[in-house]
Amino acid sequence: MPEIKSIKKTAEDFAKEQKEISISEFFEKNKHLLGFDNPTKALLMTVKEACDNSLDACEEAGILPDITVKLKQTGEDKFRVTVQDNGPGIVKEQIPKIFGKLLYGSKFHRLRQSRGQQGIGISAVVLYSQLTTGSPTKVWSRTDEKKKVQYYELFINTEKNEPEIVKEQTLEDGLERGVKIEIDVVGRYRKTQSVDDYLKQTSIANPFAKIVYQSPEGNKTTFPRSFDHLPKPPREMKMHPYGMEFGVLQRFLSKTNSKTLQSFLVNEFSSVGAQTSKEICKTAKLDADAKPPSLDRASIEKLLGAMQKVKIQRPPLDCLSPIGNGELEKSLKKEYPQAEFVAIVSREPEVYRGMPFQIEVAILYGNLGNTDDQIEIIRIANRVPLLYQAGACATIEAVKETDWKRYNLQQPKNSLPTGPMILVIHMSSVWVPFVSESKEAIAPYIEIVKEIQLTLQEAGRKLSSFLSGRRRAGEAQRRIQIFERYAGEVANALHILTGKEPSGIEKKIVGMVKNRDKMKELEIQEQKTSEKEPETEEVKSKATGKAGKKEIEEE
Amino acid sequence: MADQTSKETRKKLIALGDKIVNDIERSENPNIEIPIRALSNVVFDKKANQLTLGNKTSKRYYFNVAHAKKFMQTMMVASFCKSLLDNSIHASIRDMYYNLKRTLPDSDENTIDEQSESDPLIVDIEVSLDILREQLHLTTDRKGIVAGNVVIQDRGDSIDWSKLGSGGWSIPSTVEEIDIKKVDADFVLVVEKNAGFERLHEDKFWQKHKSILIGTGGQPSRGTRLLIQRLHDEFKLPVYVFCDADAYGVYIYSVIKSGSISLAHVSDRISTPSAKFIGLTISDVFEYDLKKATIKAKDVDIKRAKEMLEYEWFKRNPRWQKELNLMVEKGIKAEIEALSHRGLKFMSEEYLPDKLKKKDFLD
Repeated sequence: MPEIKSIKKTAEDFAKEQKEISISEFFEKNKHLLGFDNPTKALLMTVKEACDNSLDACEEAGILPDITVKLKQTGEDKFRVTVQDNGPGIVKEQIPKIFGKLLYGSKFHRLRQSRGQQGIGISAVVLYSQLTTGSPTKVWSRTDEKKKVQYYELFINTEKNEPEIVKEQTLEDGLERGVKIEIDVVGRYRKTQSVDDYLKQTSIANPFAKIVYQSPEGNKTTFPRSFDHLPKPPREMKMHPYGMEFGVLQRFLSKTNSKTLQSFLVNEFSSVGAQTSKEICKTAKLDADAKPPSLDRASIEKLLGAMQKVKIQRPPLDCLSPIGNGELEKSLKKEYPQAEFVAIVSREPEVYRGMPFQIEVAILYGNLGNTDDQIEIIRIANRVPLLYQAGACATIEAVKETDWKRYNLQQPKNSLPTGPMILVIHMSSVWVPFVSESKEAIAPYIEIVKEIQLTLQEAGRKLSSFLSGRRRAGEAQRRIQIFERYAGEVANALHILTGKEPSGIEKKIVGMVKNRDKMKELEIQEQKTSEKEPETEEVKSKATGKAGKKEIEEE
Repeated sequence: MADQTSKETRKKLIALGDKIVNDIERSENPNIEIPIRALSNVVFDKKANQLTLGNKTSKRYYFNVAHAKKFMQTMMVASFCKSLLDNSIHASIRDMYYNLKRTLPDSDENTIDEQSESDPLIVDIEVSLDILREQLHLTTDRKGIVAGNVVIQDRGDSIDWSKLGSGGWSIPSTVEEIDIKKVDADFVLVVEKNAGFERLHEDKFWQKHKSILIGTGGQPSRGTRLLIQRLHDEFKLPVYVFCDADAYGVYIYSVIKSGSISLAHVSDRISTPSAKFIGLTISDVFEYDLKKATIKAKDVDIKRAKEMLEYEWFKRNPRWQKELNLMVEKGIKAEIEALSHRGLKFMSEEYLPDKLKKKDFLD
């Protein structure tokens, strides 16, 4: 073995090499963390981030969204993605920051249900675009018809995590109102589990949005609005004490304007009134009049403990924006008109770690593919479809752990049930715990999985009663068919026996079959006498070999 | 006389049709009442020494998904028989199956799929209308052979059972209309197996012992059973049954003597209550030194023997209990061919003459 020369470094040597890593540089090397792990996913992420932003902006501005998505193949593996909305637009100064700086956003520091959370999405797309194609991202924005269109071409300076503007222009025309972006990316287009599915499911989850989509082949699809009003805007919510962590509490305490600990608790947290606040202080054995920033480490620890211990009302639930039973049903019926059965179930909001959340489940059944195939599951979080990492998702875990056999479905061990069925699971929350920054799967927290399961069970019961009703109807139909089928032969035999006209007899039998009340009455009679006709006892025991034929008694 | 029964049978079939039409016209669930043919409804008539059917019945409804098809098939069989009577012709039960088998309209379902579906329906009609299959003009395959000093008349032909060479006379499924002209015999020997019949026939057993030899070829057909009964009743001939020493052999004897569970309704018309069992018994196995020629009994043989131990008509005679118990205890059985162990002519020249001489019969 050759000797390995070891070069000994000093701490000073290390110090020379150690330097700050910009967030942009970090993501440059870790594209997969944002969901850009392969060209197919990259193309989807590009469309998804742009659409999510458009929908969030429209909704917050109270505008019914009109979104146009266009994919154009510009090279073997290159696509130009254009997304345009009719939203409020972005003021000039903000445009470079929103698109050209990672972790810049309005949604991170608040607790309110929205599609975006971190302020990474669209700037990550810009970064991916420049990394793979070297082209700048083009942005048009117009905030008002009376104002002019602001046009930018920009990159991200990855070392500084700052926008790098290539071109900045004011245009007279090109956009009525809203934002339009044009991004070149390296990607791969496929039909399933990609842009087409994402837009279809987005339309289901956002029935108030109109989406027009032009695929790379040039096919134009319109997903119309099924509702003409926006959902009630979700309210911003304060942290609930049950969701607190040490670091956050420490930061809150140092930044608050409240003069006393008691008022701090009332002002900064949801569901805490004067009484509860006093009780927390008492439980923590802390002075209710203490100045919040003065608390030392040990006191903060005690405070945190008391916050978990004291019984506190659950957080307010009006900060959630579920799709709504009626809305979901209407948009699903629009998308799957062939389904035989649709049921929507939503339960009261629940809380995990101080965060309110609500589960909505829709079951569609019948005429939806092969009975032997696994059911299709549409996963949605805060109105955004989730297309990847299904295996890691709380929704799938909940579906697998539900005993679907109880609801008349087939279900192989430890897997999804099979059948012509689509299951839609929507989780809305002020903060959805995703397993990664690419937001592809909901973390399987026990509280969340359990709540999803409860909702699925309720939906399952509805499905089960539909299926047994359908089976009963099928059985009744089969009975009628049997009685009609044999009528001709019976009539013919009776004709031979009695000489009576067979058509008259058959008519009379069929008449009885057609008479619902008569059939009901006879069915009841049938149930009473339903023990199997006693069969002639098998004297013909099954001896083998030599006994051969002799046990078969001739008749 | 045949014409008279024919008329009666026709009447009964028409009455069945009228009853069903009446049900339909009154919007009632058309049904046929059929006596149950199972052990639970079979009674052993001690006086007559026969199995007879009890009075439990079941109803077969048209408007009952479990019965509908059988109901239709029953009506089809009844109408088929009516047509036979109308035209004064006979048909085999297999003919009937093929004649009635067809595909139902707007479906891929057949009226009847297997002959095994239509055969029991004939018995259903027999029991519910109290008529015999033979009266319905239905025939079955010939089964059973006979030889002996007997002359009969069949459809105008005179047949001498002693002049039929090696084959003997095949017994038809219907023997009612046969005229037995002349009988010169002292008893009837019924052999369960064709092989046994061949042996005894070749050895001229029936000539030497002035008897009528009948081979049943397993369970005796109704024709054979009726022929045995007629020979006994009309000519006062004792009947001895010669079977394997196993439960099935004993049951064959029991069927000839008392009737069978599944055909209990016709017992009185085709069984011979005074028939006796000549052999082979397990005791004979020891008596005639046949131990080396026995076969190990199978589980089904033991099970069947145990079942038969419980049959009332085997409980009456302690000797039967002894023989059946021997089968169970020893776990052996013996075929009649086992007698060849002592020499090919042992059966005809020693064993049977010895048994006859000693009158060693089981009743």
